[in-house]
Amino acid sequence: MEIAKTLDAKGLACPMPIVKTKKAIDDVESGEILEVQATDAGAKSDLAAWTKSSGHELVDTKEEGGVYTFYVKKG
Amino acid sequence: MSENKKTNIILFSGEYDKAMAAYIIANGAAAYDHDVTIFHTFWGLNALRKDEKLRPQKSFMEKIFGKMMPHGAKNLPLSKMNFAGIGPKMIKSVMKKHNAMPVEDLIDMAKEQDVTLLACTMTMDLLGIKQEELMDGLEYGGVAAYIAEGEDGAVNLFI
Repeated sequence: MEIAKTLDAKGLACPMPIVKTKKAIDDVESGEILEVQATDAGAKSDLAAWTKSSGHELVDTKEEGGVYTFYVKKG
Repeated sequence: MSENKKTNIILFSGEYDKAMAAYIIANGAAAYDHDVTIFHTFWGLNALRKDEKLRPQKSFMEKIFGKMMPHGAKNLPLSKMNFAGIGPKMIKSVMKKHNAMPVEDLIDMAKEQDVTLLACTMTMDLLGIKQEELMDGLEYGGVAAYIAEGEDGAVNLFI
């Protein structure tokens, strides 16, 4: 998977991961992948809901040592 | 007319925790590409006050109100466990530990995300709050201004 941009939102609390993701997605082209790293446990459902409703696609997620990584394909 | 969905929040309360909830929702909704409006009325206006003592021309009653009400978001009390001002200090230290943004930063972030901050002019008159006492970048209006946004709001909240 080719990643166009990585956003480090680790340590940030709600609503920052989603606010930053929104800003970051504006910097990538349609079809490109944005990687988002977050430690806020709420980010898991937040990112899923946000990608769904804003027309992007959550391609993959993983969790490692308390860090959630999301791969968002811009719609 | 814009095709974005709309989120409208009435911030009636003047407590730190309630303002925080309002502004977190506002920032989240802005990230959802909603057009977001926060209508500040009654005690909610205090979140927008400048943290400085200004002396605009006021009546006796207005001066008393002005002194009794908090100056700006960072001086708001808590709705629960205020403990004469110790509560806010406690919550702010916990917020720092958890990297939660203070309300004053959430307000700046909301402005950055083009959230419309509306101040209710009728309650400003009642409480004797003058425009020069409130932060810059606000819009001023009444119930019609709120309804105009609220009637096609996807999310409408009263906090």
